[in-house]
Amino acid sequence: MEQKTSQSATRSVTAIDGAMALIVILLIVQIWLVSATLETYLAGHHETALPGTIISGAIFLACFGLYLFIERIDAESHKP
Amino acid sequence: MKLFRKPSREPLWRDEFSVFSGEEKYVSRRQFSKFLVLTSLGMFVGNLWILVRSWFSRQPSYPVMAITHVDEVPVRGVKLFQYPTPQEQCILLRTGTDTYVAYSQKCTHLSCAVFYSAATNRLECPCHNGAFSVHDGSPLQGPPRRPLPRVVLTRKGDVLVATGIQLEG
Ligand code: FES
Repeated sequence: MEQKTSQSATRSVTAIDGAMALIVILLIVQIWLVSATLETYLAGHHETALPGTIISGAIFLACFGLYLFIERIDAESHKP
Repeated sequence: MKLFRKPSREPLWRDEFSVFSGEEKYVSRRQFSKFLVLTSLGMFVGNLWILVRSWFSRQPSYPVMAITHVDEVPVRGVKLFQYPTPQEQCILLRTGTDTYVAYSQKCTHLSCAVFYSAATNRLECPCHNGAFSVHDGSPLQGPPRRPLPRVVLTRKGDVLVATGIQLEG
């Protein structure tokens, strides 16, 4: 019984680690996106601002979704 | 659908600083991912700010300014001038008997001042060996990827007049 509990704890920690790794990757892409949009904006090109914002918003939503996933696993692990 | 877990009846400090070492890894991971998501939100807000700025920025209006008398610059000669403000250095180049071009002197890589090299007939940047075409300001060599902003010139009698700036060559 105890072994089963520790197995499921390890599994949920692995799932959380995976979700966190995905968030980190998405964040790196988003940081690159912001700096590229800023650079083109400062160079006088305004046409990249809208697609940049839409993609950045989608990345944020994906990160938020992954965060909710982490919350859920966390809550499950707290269940008696 | 339930988005967040139910707030526990435990006080927050107990939830976040659990005495059970097994729960510690959840807490630190949860905190860290919260921080990452907030950073992501910050990046999104940054993008939104750029979008709002670009919607509200108006097309700049440029002054009409006399630059020089046409005979003052010899063929393949240059003249430096400031346009549209006294802080912005530009370079005028006479490429033929009757042809003149002018560009911003600020390199599009990291803003060093470009100069005209008669030997290579290019505008060159000494900082990282960047080079631009004298015909359209397009980058020919080195790190610059964007053309030099071009000063729009018109001729009024014997005087060359700057009327605006064109960002793409
Ligand atoms: S500043 Fe001109 S090439 Fe780098």
